[in-house]
Amino acid sequence: MTTPKPSQWLQVSDLPGPDAPRRQLAHPGRWISGAIGLLILALLVRAFAMGQIRWDVVGQFLTARVIIVGFGWTLLISACALALGVLLGLGFGIMRTAANPTLRFAAWLYVWIFRGTPVLLQLLIWFNIGLVFPRLYIPGLVDERMVDVVTPFVAAVLGLGVNEGSYLTEVVRGGIGSVDRGQIEAANTLGMTPGQTMRRIVLPQTLRLILPVLGNSAVGMLKFSSLAATIAMGEMLNAAQRIYFINGAVIELLFVCSIWYLTGTTLLSTGQFYLERHFGQSAASAGSRRQWFKTRSRQAIASGEA
Amino acid sequence: MSLAVKAVGIRKRFGTHEVLKGLDLDVSYGEVVCILGPSGSGKSTFLRCINHLEVPNAGYVWIDGSIVGYEPRAGVLHELPVRRLRAQQRQLGMVFQHFNLFAHRTVLGNVIEGPMVVRGLRRAEAEARAMELLHQVGMADRASSYPSRLSGGQKQRVAIARALAMEPRVMLFDEPTSALDPELVGEVLEVMRGLARGGTTMIVVTHEIGFAREVADRVLVMIDGEIREMGKPEQVLSNPGDPRVRTFLSRVLS
Repeated sequence: MTTPKPSQWLQVSDLPGPDAPRRQLAHPGRWISGAIGLLILALLVRAFAMGQIRWDVVGQFLTARVIIVGFGWTLLISACALALGVLLGLGFGIMRTAANPTLRFAAWLYVWIFRGTPVLLQLLIWFNIGLVFPRLYIPGLVDERMVDVVTPFVAAVLGLGVNEGSYLTEVVRGGIGSVDRGQIEAANTLGMTPGQTMRRIVLPQTLRLILPVLGNSAVGMLKFSSLAATIAMGEMLNAAQRIYFINGAVIELLFVCSIWYLTGTTLLSTGQFYLERHFGQSAASAGSRRQWFKTRSRQAIASGEA
Repeated sequence: MSLAVKAVGIRKRFGTHEVLKGLDLDVSYGEVVCILGPSGSGKSTFLRCINHLEVPNAGYVWIDGSIVGYEPRAGVLHELPVRRLRAQQRQLGMVFQHFNLFAHRTVLGNVIEGPMVVRGLRRAEAEARAMELLHQVGMADRASSYPSRLSGGQKQRVAIARALAMEPRVMLFDEPTSALDPELVGEVLEVMRGLARGGTTMIVVTHEIGFAREVADRVLVMIDGEIREMGKPEQVLSNPGDPRVRTFLSRVLS
């Protein structure tokens, strides 16, 4: 075995002092790629600036009342649908792990149907549910025409929320499954009933695990709410369409929407980052499991909804 | 001494493998029984059958005037609803090999959980009693720590306090020191010695022969799902009659 000879043999007597100045390695590749990147970016900006886009129209409609109101509806639909999805996901997710086979089957059926059909299709079905059930009649409570009950807004919230709930059901089931069996046994030996164990031991630890997934759901929901434009719900995309049908500024108004959606998703991602950091500190031991869980649910979302 | 627990003809199968082959055990109040035996002999399964964490295929456990998990009517054992089963399981405090502390609760939170949720104590009452117990196991100064910040020995002492807080009639220990680093075993055994001195009825599955010799009123040795030897520790440990028990003991004592 021969050790490779250094290019310059340092005599021990020539060694520099411990506080000798240091120079970091230059990274020319980074500078070159950075320069190329900037050049491409500049070309893109120039292309869009010189292209047939009237930027003054974009600026004019960015804060137009109709668009702002539409964005408000977008936010409202997203929030309501997400809340509905979380409730359904928790309920059915718990049912998925129940001892009662009927409950397990019901939850399985729910996931099978609503995760197995496109969300756009579900929106259209909710919107046209009046064709199947002309009247909504619950003795002593409701007796109305279905079209009056299921407005475009209600159809959008139901469609998006029920669909999201089917994904979150699986997420909650996985979260419940990853809570340590031993803790459940310990709760049993203390005399806690299954309900008490679920509420006080399992669910609090599950929620901590699924929090990052909920962040993803919120971002996804904000974008998927644009599908409600197809059922005559006056959210932002729908408002933009109505405007460009009149004035023909198609791409300008689509850009307006893009700017607002990007603003919304950026804010949500920032919030998610801080939430995760907060919970990451207090639940350090659950870190590896959460990581596994996050990648898994992201895959699910990517393969399912894309 | 009056009878605390009676196990009658416990049999347990996992698939086709019979793990417990009809075990009987009587434990009186104030008695400390240590269960020894090679790994895979069914010691832990037997303990878990006693508090119904595993449901035996045959046989049953009697405690406090009732059969755990069943109600006998006209010679037939009728399964009890889970709520009544849990009320019986409360009588059997359990300490696990892997502690099984609630990860999202502090040390104090772990100890008051059962008393508040199951026994319906007020928080102040439960906390006062929990602090006494934490003093007893030497963990009072860590009451507000989370389990992830504790050493194995500390976790196990908290787990003992948590089980004691339910004021069970009998304490079951399932290899309480097997998951601990060697230098942490002593502190847990010391707490258990204290309990034994205080008259707590205990059934302990353990590999700590020294602890069994010193603390146990009775030692039993299980091999292949059967009780092969049972009696006073000095008699069983020094002069076992059964040749397989002799082989086992010579291996662990050397």
